[in-house]
Amino acid sequence: MKSRDSKALRAKARRQKKQRVIVTGIGGRLGLALARRLHRKFEVIGVDRRKVKHLPKDIHFERVDIRRRSFEDVFRRQHVDAVVHLNIMHNPRSTDAEHHDFNINGTKKIFELCAEHRVGKVVVLSSANVYGPDPRNPQFLTEDAALMGGQNFDGIRDLIGLDMFCNTFFWRHPEIETVILRPVHIVGQVNNAPSRFLRLKSPITLMGFDPMLQLIHVEDLVGAFERALIPGIRGVYNLAGPSPVPLSYVLAKLGRKPRPMPEIVVRRLLKMGWAMKVSDWPWPELDHIKYVCMVDDSRARRELGFRHTYEIEDIIRDLRTRPLT
Amino acid sequence: MFESLTSKARKIANISVGKIPEETWERILQMEAGQNKYGYDPFGFEPGFLRYVGPPIYFLHKKYFRTEVVGLENVPDSGACILVSNHSGQIALDGMLIGAACIFDKEKPRMIRSMVEHWIPTIPFLSWVFARAGQVTGTRDNARLLLERDGCLMVFPEGIKGISKTYDKAYELTNFGLGFMRLALETQTPIIPIGVIGGEEQIPSVWNIETIAKTAGLPSFPVSPLGTFPLPVKYHIHFGEPLIFEGKPDEEDRAIRDKVKIVTNSIERLLNDGLTSRKGYFF
Repeated sequence: MKSRDSKALRAKARRQKKQRVIVTGIGGRLGLALARRLHRKFEVIGVDRRKVKHLPKDIHFERVDIRRRSFEDVFRRQHVDAVVHLNIMHNPRSTDAEHHDFNINGTKKIFELCAEHRVGKVVVLSSANVYGPDPRNPQFLTEDAALMGGQNFDGIRDLIGLDMFCNTFFWRHPEIETVILRPVHIVGQVNNAPSRFLRLKSPITLMGFDPMLQLIHVEDLVGAFERALIPGIRGVYNLAGPSPVPLSYVLAKLGRKPRPMPEIVVRRLLKMGWAMKVSDWPWPELDHIKYVCMVDDSRARRELGFRHTYEIEDIIRDLRTRPLT
Repeated sequence: MFESLTSKARKIANISVGKIPEETWERILQMEAGQNKYGYDPFGFEPGFLRYVGPPIYFLHKKYFRTEVVGLENVPDSGACILVSNHSGQIALDGMLIGAACIFDKEKPRMIRSMVEHWIPTIPFLSWVFARAGQVTGTRDNARLLLERDGCLMVFPEGIKGISKTYDKAYELTNFGLGFMRLALETQTPIIPIGVIGGEEQIPSVWNIETIAKTAGLPSFPVSPLGTFPLPVKYHIHFGEPLIFEGKPDEEDRAIRDKVKIVTNSIERLLNDGLTSRKGYFF
């Protein structure tokens, strides 16, 4: 009997030792993947303004917009150890004003609350796209590279603003461990532009262009988030998966039938499609299948201990065999 | 139908363009050029792609210019190195021929990487062909990365000035840039000087009309009495012994220029030796 008691006590102690993590934007596919990974190790509180299904049972879910007053209650109720901020909107059809309001004001609110309630760590999802594809890019961009993504593409300016805003927290609140992750194209069970593009049966490509591409599987990204929650880790980290390959290689291995077209034609078609609301592809994003935008993730591998587990073959198998559910 | 057509095209190409010997080809495919397990290096180079660009280059190298290569053993089989050469010929074929020499003539083929202008990646097809054939967009970071990955980098510190000089200045070196020396000092890479002979005679220019070049947006507008098609001159490529420099990469220009002077001197020596030993322009 006694041993059983002590076992229960120990189990209870272990439960109590669990760190409490808020995951904002838990309803997204990345949020769900992260929740599934974290919920055994951490006490996860999920926050989203959308309805969320299929969450693990032990996750406490709070349906609230992070910009609202009531969001603060989540912090007031219990001490929070860390916040993973995924609540970032990318909807090409929403206006820039809406994007800026939701993404930047929301992030500002998060950081304010973290400072007020002495949360030790904030992990923010940014993207390697903030560097922007450009013919003058070095083959691998380091974390110190300028964020030039907005030079041709307005739709990403809010994300650059967000990344910069988070950067200011390294000196504004040095007591908070801020981690900014800038992953390359995330693929797998996510509904983003690169995944959707690679899922097309016969994707349109630009004739005469075949840039090198870095992909990261969503599960590897989740692993990086897990590493980022380790106490003591702070800073900006680029994340890339396996060694880069050309776009045509990925499409060929996926068994897709690319339709190469002259760039002018594709641009016109996309603009027309956008105007008629049959296409949701912002045409400046074509630069991603034209120029390189690859990152050097050696810092993440060195300091964060990040390792990718999905090689190109695994990513391709995933994209081929698992449709987006 | 297309297969038979392409095979026919290949047959014709092999006859007229010069077939790369089977064993040379084997060695090229097996060369170590920093490619990952998918067969590409991070810059997009794919050794198998030389299948398409190799034969015409082989033809120019062996049949048309009949390049004679001296001192190829100075190029190491592995490890980073910087090849520094004089630049000449209105149309810069010297880089291509140095690359061909290192790939086709060397016992253990060595892929030579060179840096291309920033606008190359913006041009359809060119961007793709250049990347697959091992050319790299010219940025300082890329050069450093290439050398860190034990690549063999070829530079022409004279730049466009070297190509467009008129025939009266043949085999005179114009002003050398200093960037390559700083890079070599920073990465502690040996420099291999190269003297290319023959390029000056392929299109002997007597006049560079700068006003036309400027209005047309061209780097130069050479006037050549013998036409603008490269003549079948004989190329001689002389590889010098590796030079190793020590010092700080961020020194004053004056100090760096002294070191560059050593390189230019050795290239001049290679050029003089080559010029005295050659028998004629076309032999």
